[in-house]
Amino acid sequence: MDWMKFAYAVLVVALLIFIFPAAKYWLKNSPKAERGDWQAFLLPIGLVVLFVIGLMWIVSQ
Amino acid sequence: MSDPRLQMSSVSQASVLATNKVLRNTYALLSATLIFSALMAALSTVLHVGHGTSLICSFAALALIWFVLPRTAESAAGIAVVFAFTGLLGFGLGPVLNFYLNMAHGAQAIATSLGGTAVVFIGLSGYALATQRDFSFLGGFLFSGLMVVLLAALAGIFLNMPGLWLAINAAVILIFSGFILFDTSRIINGGVTNYVIATTSIYLSIYNIFISLLHLVGFAGND
Repeated sequence: MDWMKFAYAVLVVALLIFIFPAAKYWLKNSPKAERGDWQAFLLPIGLVVLFVIGLMWIVSQ
Repeated sequence: MSDPRLQMSSVSQASVLATNKVLRNTYALLSATLIFSALMAALSTVLHVGHGTSLICSFAALALIWFVLPRTAESAAGIAVVFAFTGLLGFGLGPVLNFYLNMAHGAQAIATSLGGTAVVFIGLSGYALATQRDFSFLGGFLFSGLMVVLLAALAGIFLNMPGLWLAINAAVILIFSGFILFDTSRIINGGVTNYVIATTSIYLSIYNIFISLLHLVGFAGND
């Protein structure tokens, strides 16, 4: 249905407009990462990636 | 004259108590809204709500969080708005859940995604609480990543590329996992003092991780 696609597109554009001020604020005002901050972020995110791959592998068996 | 060290100690104790109160209230409200949202999702599944209704619910939820929540977050009405917001999003899940329930291993995919989302949320918020690290440096990275994902989703609506949708769902899980760390650390470090706002942010992360995980697990389980 084309009107549904159009409506979903309007929703996504509205979300973009909604998020834009927060994105602008945080791009300007985010504190700089200190030593070890990125490693502390990448460790749990890496575990999430492995966990999701594991879940997908289990259900595909 | 009182000892300045004692004064500093009591100020820091008051700050810790305030943070703990925000955290406790956030998790209490989050639990209640998740249960309410699940009940609304079950209701819409039973009623076989269509995609049009789901879309209207999404627009209404966006309007609430955009125009109503900022005006009510500091009052008791904010709690009612959060319930309305989470209820609408839960009710809007009906068509997606029915789509998977009609598939061969759909019920298993939904249960797996629910469990998986719970593990991701508990693990990440536990990590942020245990390390007490300030993840606010992620703000710019996460919001710009979210903007890129939304632009890709906009393209995906018209391009109809399954590979792009899988990549978008994987990116959504990573970005909202980052948002769980970001939001939890902001509560711990005093960046967020309003538990209504904190609940809304964390609920959105859980909701988006669940939907994207469901799409990925559903894809993997149904060839």
